[in-house]
Amino acid sequence: MVAQIIFILITLAGVGLFSFNARKVIRNIKIGRPANRNDQPAKRFMTMLKVAFGQTKMAVRPIPFLLHLVVYLGFVIINLEVLEIMIDGIFGTHRVFAGLGGFYDFLIGSFEFLALGVWLACAIFLIRRNVLKLKRFSGVEMKSWPKSDANYILITEILLMSAFLLMNASDAKLQALKEGHYISAGAFPVSAYLQGLLPSSAASLIMTERVCWWFHIIGIFAFLNYLPYSKHFHILFAFPNTYFSNLEPKGEFTNMASVTNEVKAMLDPSFVPAETAPGKFGAKDVNDLSWINLMNAYTCTECGRCTSVCPANMTGKLLSPRKIMMDTRDRLEEVGKNIDKHGADHQDGKSLLDDYITREEIWACTSCNACTEACPINIDPLAIIVDLRRYAVMEESVAPGSINAMLGNVENNGAPWKYSPADRLNWAEQG
Amino acid sequence: MEFKVPTMAELMAMGEEPEILFWVGCAGSYDERAQKITRDICKILHHVGIKYAVLGTEESCTGDPAKRAGNEFLFQMQAMTNIEVLNGYNIKKIVTGCPHCFNTIKNEYPGLGGTYEVIHHTQLIQDLINEGKLKAEGGESFKGKKITFHDPCYLGRGNGVYEAPRKALEVLDAQLVEMKRCKSNGLCCGAGGAQMFKEPEKGAKDINIERIEEALETQPEVIAAGCPFCMTMLSDGVKLKDKDQEIKVLDIAEITARANGL
Ligand code: SF4
Ligand code: SF4
Repeated sequence: MVAQIIFILITLAGVGLFSFNARKVIRNIKIGRPANRNDQPAKRFMTMLKVAFGQTKMAVRPIPFLLHLVVYLGFVIINLEVLEIMIDGIFGTHRVFAGLGGFYDFLIGSFEFLALGVWLACAIFLIRRNVLKLKRFSGVEMKSWPKSDANYILITEILLMSAFLLMNASDAKLQALKEGHYISAGAFPVSAYLQGLLPSSAASLIMTERVCWWFHIIGIFAFLNYLPYSKHFHILFAFPNTYFSNLEPKGEFTNMASVTNEVKAMLDPSFVPAETAPGKFGAKDVNDLSWINLMNAYTCTECGRCTSVCPANMTGKLLSPRKIMMDTRDRLEEVGKNIDKHGADHQDGKSLLDDYITREEIWACTSCNACTEACPINIDPLAIIVDLRRYAVMEESVAPGSINAMLGNVENNGAPWKYSPADRLNWAEQG
Repeated sequence: MEFKVPTMAELMAMGEEPEILFWVGCAGSYDERAQKITRDICKILHHVGIKYAVLGTEESCTGDPAKRAGNEFLFQMQAMTNIEVLNGYNIKKIVTGCPHCFNTIKNEYPGLGGTYEVIHHTQLIQDLINEGKLKAEGGESFKGKKITFHDPCYLGRGNGVYEAPRKALEVLDAQLVEMKRCKSNGLCCGAGGAQMFKEPEKGAKDINIERIEEALETQPEVIAAGCPFCMTMLSDGVKLKDKDQEIKVLDIAEITARANGL
């Protein structure tokens, strides 16, 4: 009875804390400007199914694809086991699904194989990061927290899987001893090999089984509450993020409606704009970005696939699209904390541009879209880069000198070079 | 050129309409190297007897470099002015010699009131080959030559056109080799996003050098391009590597024109 009450309290605390934090994240995302991504629901749904659920963009790199697939399937499927743990915890039952008989054996057996798979995959992931030191996982932005974050996640998953297997091993031993409520249920093809490591007395076995059981479930709640601070948030956000991803051709940039109004008014003095102009063109800080950009930032896995294909990054320039996403998230978190502490209108005198992302970074981008193509969850770092450029150029008129010269030429000569428009057809006279 | 390039104004004066407008673009109009490509596109159009016209002095920059540099005002000014001209001539179909013009007119003009069927010149060539109007006969033979194609970002990843330029090369009976990074995984030449008009940021090397090194790994006789900016970047790279004697950088239109003896 006491155990049940404690369990229920822990569950409520775990879920409550998570929804409290998740709500903050959603509030932060809503700081962004509106963007309409509600068109073509069927196509959006298919994109989500394919990219997030079906993991299609992961397949480009076969080794991480397979390893990730195991962890992903493990996460999805082993949740059935969590359901049983929840029911057992609340009602004080033990292996409540055992009545399923042979099917239960099959389930537990396959969970064990999956748990082993996840264990191994995470171990290999740890080796890739820390021993083989794959280039993709390094970079200026991958210091301190981002670096340890990944390791914490992998170690936690290994511990959770170990607890699950040890729990099963002791359970099986207790079943053989016909101890108490430990009825014969489940098949233990993997954990059977761990039985030798366990004590033989029933009391210590019960102890081990209970410790693992509690560790497993508390671990899951702790993990849930770790998500909002971690790159691991993608296990939830990948779904809405792909649903709302850009369905237009990658080459197409949005036409800023606010500018359209002003340009129309300039070209046609009789034109009366429908709405009043907004405060700012482009983005200086996170609240100038769209909520899509901000959701992207929370979704980023920091996998570095974008950065590894970025032509600017691979030739040694400062730009790293992954850093763009991480900076955006960091700044958004900072703004969110400011709101919590000082209210919605607080200004801390900092901004995304300059305090986080430098001019040198944004001007190095070739808008080649390699980053958006490579991102396994359809994140668009280029959209942020372009909005920062828009701010620099339209609000501040601060751009590299040669860019200003080019813009002047387009304006005056209708071409980015200083040639006379009258010479535009000269090519037809020669050759 | 042996024939006269018709302008829209001239056709209009004669009360005629072309099947297709050839949007030349700034590079195609002014850049010496790109002008050759422009003329070859005209030769192809002339050869197959498509009724076409250019805007000539009525054409202005699409606004692509302004938009990529962040100047949305200038972009929309350019776009709306161009759209007025295009709509004034009742243009329905456009072929461009530049993936940047192609992308901008196809994707970004409709939202501003300019909706046209837009194709890139490699798509036109693909169509002409499919229709049997272009054969790769009667000119320079590319048979067995090693050719590698560099995907322009704004044609490939930007708009998903990967097949058309390859189709134009397949008819040559040449030996096509792909670079390690090709198609959706292609590597930028370094010119897009208004980079063409500025010095690169400091780094270990220039992007076009990285790309040329990769192209050289395939030991090509010809590096094929489909964009005037890629053309500049790739040619510069080949020159810097001192390979401009052995390796030619040619646009798909030039290759097609040569193969057909135009
Ligand atoms: S679009 Fe910009 S940031 Fe993205 S890969 Fe290309 S150069 Fe890098
Ligand atoms: S933006 Fe996408 S590809 Fe880049 S690090 Fe984040 S998740 Fe990975």
